[in-house]
Amino acid sequence: MAEAVLAIRDLCKSFGALRATENVSIDLVPGEIHALIGPNGAGKSTLIHQIAGTLKPDSGEIEFLGKPVSHIGAAERARMGLGRSFQVSSLAPEFSALRNVMLAVQSRQGTSFRFFKPVMRDATLVEPAMAALERAGLKDRARVAAAELSHGERRQLEIAIALALGSRAFLLDEPMAGMGPEGSKTLTGFLDGLRREAPILLVEHDMDAVFALADRISVLVYGRVIATGTVDEIRSDPEVRRAYLGGAE
Amino acid sequence: MTISRETAINLVLALLLLAVPFIAMQLGKPFYVTLATRMAILGLAAIGLNIALGLGGLVSFGHAAFFGIGGYAAGILASHAFSGQPLDFGLFAVPGSKLMPVIWAAAILAGGLLAAAIGSISLRTSGVYFIMITLAFAQMTYYFAISWPAYGGEDGLSITIRSTFPGVNTLVPQNYFLICYALLVVGLVLFALLRDSRFGAALQASRQNEVRVASVGIAPFRIKLVAFVISGMITALAGALYADLNRFVSPSMLSWHMSGEFIVLIILGGVGRLCGPLAGAMLFVMFEYILGGLTERWQFFLGLLLLGVVLFARGGLIGLLAGRARHG
Ligand SMILES: Nc1ncnc2c1ncn2[C@@H]1O[C@H](COP(=O)(O)OP(=O)(O)O)[C@@H](O)[C@H]1O
Ligand SMILES: [Mg+2]
Repeated sequence: MAEAVLAIRDLCKSFGALRATENVSIDLVPGEIHALIGPNGAGKSTLIHQIAGTLKPDSGEIEFLGKPVSHIGAAERARMGLGRSFQVSSLAPEFSALRNVMLAVQSRQGTSFRFFKPVMRDATLVEPAMAALERAGLKDRARVAAAELSHGERRQLEIAIALALGSRAFLLDEPMAGMGPEGSKTLTGFLDGLRREAPILLVEHDMDAVFALADRISVLVYGRVIATGTVDEIRSDPEVRRAYLGGAE
Repeated sequence: MTISRETAINLVLALLLLAVPFIAMQLGKPFYVTLATRMAILGLAAIGLNIALGLGGLVSFGHAAFFGIGGYAAGILASHAFSGQPLDFGLFAVPGSKLMPVIWAAAILAGGLLAAAIGSISLRTSGVYFIMITLAFAQMTYYFAISWPAYGGEDGLSITIRSTFPGVNTLVPQNYFLICYALLVVGLVLFALLRDSRFGAALQASRQNEVRVASVGIAPFRIKLVAFVISGMITALAGALYADLNRFVSPSMLSWHMSGEFIVLIILGGVGRLCGPLAGAMLFVMFEYILGGLTERWQFFLGLLLLGVVLFARGGLIGLLAGRARHG
C-alpha cells in the first residue's frame, strides 16, 4: 500500500470521565475515500477536530505528509493542506460565498498582510475563488451572504473553501447532512472524482453514499474503532451489524 | 460612475465639517473653529478605535491609553524643546522638538509600541475579559501619569506655545483646523483601504468567526495584533493633535472616561462604518456644546440618545441614513 498521507496512532481524548477517543489508529492513503461511520456520540466529530487541530488530544500521534503535526496549530495545518468541512457549518456569515472562498485563496498565497489593494477588484483572488465555487456547484450563489445560504449550500461552500486551499487531504464531517436527495446524489458524484485529487476522510450518516463511495470503512463506537475494512467486509461483520448497522436495517 | 448612498452621505459630512470654520469666521464666532477642530481630532481618534472595534470586533475599553500617550509625546517633546534639555533615555538622549511632523512621528511610534505590548497580552482573551484587561492597562497608564512628577503629575503639563508646521502659521485657529482636517482625511482614506484589503478581509472574518479563519490557514492572533497596533497608532496621533489644540496634557486624557467616549462616538455614528467615527464625533461635540450650555446634566441626555441608538438604530447615524453595510 502507498505511503499514508495522514496517519493517526493511538489517539486518546477524554472529556472528564467520558472517553471520546480511545486508542484510535487510522490512516488515509492517496486516492482513497476512507469513511468513518458510527452512531451519534461515537466521537467522529471529536476525532476530526483533533486531526484538524481545533482540539488537543490527550495522547497519541498525528502525522500528515510524513510530518508529525501534533504540536502545531490549526492554521498551520490548514496551510500544509488539511482542508475540512464542519458538521455544523462554520463560515464568515456576513461575507458572501465568494468572499469566504477568497479568504482561502489569499491564505494559500500567503498574502494576508497586504493592506492597500482592494480585494473585490483583484482577479488573482476572485478568479480562483470563482473556479472553486463553480466546481462545488455554487457559482450562481457566489454573491449571496453565507448566512443566507441553505444548510446544504453552506456545506457546498465549505467544500469550495477546501478546494481553494489546494488541500492535500480532505476531512469532511457529514457533508450530506441537510441536503435533499438530489443534492446528495450530485455531491456523491463529485466526491467520487475528488478522491483522485486528494484522499478524503469522510464522516457520513448517509449509508447509500458511504457504500457507493468508500474504499475503506472504519466503524467507531464509544470512541473505539471496532472494525476497519472494505465495504463488503464491514457489511458482513457481525459485531458491526450488532453495534451499528443492525439498528438501521 | 454611480456613487453609493453611503459615499454621498460621507461626502456631505466631510464637507459640512470643512465648512464650519469658514462659516464661523463669517459669523464672527471663532470659538466654533475650536469646536470643529475638536470634532476632527476626536473623529480621528475614533477612526483608530474603529479599526479594532468596528472591523476586528475588539471592544477595547482602553484606547485612552493611546490617546494619552500621544498627548504626552507631544507635551514632553515640546517641553524639552522649550527648556533646551535633551530627553534622556539612559542609553541615548534625544532633543525635544516643536515640529509637528516630528511630534506626530513620536506619538505614532509610542502609541504603536504601547499597543503592541497591551495587545500581545490582552488579545489572548476575548469578550468581557478583553474589555476588562484593556481597561486595566489603560488605568495603569493613568495612575502612572498621576504619580510621575517630572511631567506635571496630577496637574498635567502645559505646552507654552503651539508646535509648528513648516510653512504654516499654526497659531491661526483656521490653519490648525485645516491641519487636523487633513489628517482626518488621511485617516479616513487609510481606514477605507485597510477595510477593503486582504488584511481587512482577514480581520473582518476573524470578527465573524475565528475558527473559520484558522481553518483556512490564517492565524487570527497575528491579524488582530497588527490591527490593534495600527489602531493604537492612529489614536495616538489624534492624542498629539489634541494636546496641541488645548496646549495642555493631563492624566484625564488617559482616563476611562475618555475610552468610553471613543466607544460612544463609534456607536452613535455607526460601528465599522467608514464615517461612523466622524459622524459620532460631530454629534457628540455638538451635543456637548449645545446641551452643556443649557444644563450641567447634559451627559444624562447623551445617555438617553445612546440608549435610543442602541435600541432603535443599531447602525448608528450612518446606518440610519445609509442602510445596512454590504460586504460584496
Ligand atoms: N467539548 C466537549 N466537551 C464535553 N463533551 C464533549 C465535547 N465534545 C463532544 N463531547 C462528547 O463526546 C462524545 C462524542 O461526540 P462527537 O464527537 O460529537 O460524536 P459524533 O460526531 O460521533 O456524533 C459525545 O458524548 C459528546 O457529548
Ligand atoms: Mg458529529
